[in-house]
Amino acid sequence: MKLPRLFTKRRHWSIPYAIFLFIFVALPLLLIVVYAFQDSEGNFTFSNFTRFITNQESANTFVYSIGIAIITTLLCILFGYPAAYILSRKDLCRSSVMVLLFILPMWINILVRTLATVALFDFLHLPLGEGALIFGMVYNFLPFMIYPIYNTLQKMDYNYIEAAQDLGASPIKVFSKVVFPLSIPGITSGIMMVFMPTISTFAISELLTMNNIKLFGTVVQENINNGMWNYGAALSLIMLLIILATELFNDGEDRVSNEGGII
Amino acid sequence: MKKFFAQAYIWLLLAILYAPILIIVIFSFTEAKVLGNWTGFSTKLYTSLFSGSVQHSLIDAIQNTLIIALIAAAVSTILGSIAAIGIYSLKGRKKMAINTLNNIPMLNPDIITGISLFLLFVSFGVTQGYATVILAHITFCTPYVVLSVMPRLQQMNPNLYEAALDLGATPGQALRKVLIPEIKPGMISGFILAFTLSIDDFAVTIFNIGTSGLETLSTYIYADARKGGLTPELRPLSTIIFVTVLILLIIINVRSQRAAKKKEVL
Repeated sequence: MKLPRLFTKRRHWSIPYAIFLFIFVALPLLLIVVYAFQDSEGNFTFSNFTRFITNQESANTFVYSIGIAIITTLLCILFGYPAAYILSRKDLCRSSVMVLLFILPMWINILVRTLATVALFDFLHLPLGEGALIFGMVYNFLPFMIYPIYNTLQKMDYNYIEAAQDLGASPIKVFSKVVFPLSIPGITSGIMMVFMPTISTFAISELLTMNNIKLFGTVVQENINNGMWNYGAALSLIMLLIILATELFNDGEDRVSNEGGII
Repeated sequence: MKKFFAQAYIWLLLAILYAPILIIVIFSFTEAKVLGNWTGFSTKLYTSLFSGSVQHSLIDAIQNTLIIALIAAAVSTILGSIAAIGIYSLKGRKKMAINTLNNIPMLNPDIITGISLFLLFVSFGVTQGYATVILAHITFCTPYVVLSVMPRLQQMNPNLYEAALDLGATPGQALRKVLIPEIKPGMISGFILAFTLSIDDFAVTIFNIGTSGLETLSTYIYADARKGGLTPELRPLSTIIFVTVLILLIIINVRSQRAAKKKEVL
């Protein structure tokens, strides 16, 4: 009866990591909540949140950031969907190297990519500002939209399309009634992967607009850097809630499997 | 005709996607201080990057980035592999709880991970520096190692390990000769992934690096860009990073394709 004892032992191998996860994942998140409801003396308060609502500037930045994030996400769908569709069709695009070329920029440092965008705008003598911000965001996050959509389209059973065609559907009908509905899981996970980083980004906006336009992420970072930990934590908590709300669209599993799928 | 338009669209999108990177690569081969000025072909920026005539702080930043990435990736690989073996043998609610916690750093935006760890360190009075950056990197790298080792465990024939024990191997031997060889490809992929994630990170690092003047490449670029005048040597450096990432990705893809083929044969 050696085996059961051994399996008990192996199960125990998860203990160090469980402790690690508690200290470095669970506890820090709890601290955000604790700090958010405290004033600088450590007394319980709601003032951080009332300050956010009454403070015109942070409320405006918040709304503006959500607007930018929505525009970025929509543009990524608009440009990314056709690309993902073409890449997934063997008759239109044979080589798998193309997919790799689209994924590659995901693995280059986001600051290097942003600097490259700034370089492009300088090179073309275009002004930095809102246009550069949106271009930079779409440029940075487009691969994160293409990849999940490509993944779902590629896994789609081709028999459905053939069946629709055999039953007399026009190409437009085939797309709108079969292909598009089946690719919606890919779009939702793409939305997650684009919307979330755009709403939380901070350094990119600074570099792309010469610090003229502030996004919500920048405000959060500035507060933390300036020692306003409680207000910063409250803003982080608001950001976290927005993200949780978007995450309800998605079960979360998709995103993880999509990110891991590259390997 | 349809194919022509499809191809044209793909190439146009790729051209736009790569135009900024290409500009950096092209202008890494000229001496001009300002990006966009072409003063003739020269590899001077490359030689000055390696000869150390560039500011010392950039070399330091590169060194710090590599040291942090190596330590973080090594520790995450060990911690994550042991954890994966443990989680694999877990059942029920405990398994679900640990998997959920494991997913959090992957789902959370970097800024939240960074700020939450920052609050942890300041709450317990830990001075920020090398150690806190490494701990923070281990935190967001290990989940990916667990995720890349787990499939190998699931594919493994569980009887192999038991057979080794039945044939008289000690648990240590069974681990070394059976279990580790089986999960090794997952560990290597996990290590490479952790290494690239660590090198790439900016948002978590900036909150946990402290104010002692320690810089990684990301924070150096950020500080440099904020000042407005970009160090010209960043161009050859970005080019090298780009080529390295390209080669690493190709290696990973070839490996996984080969593994997939092997599975088909079996």
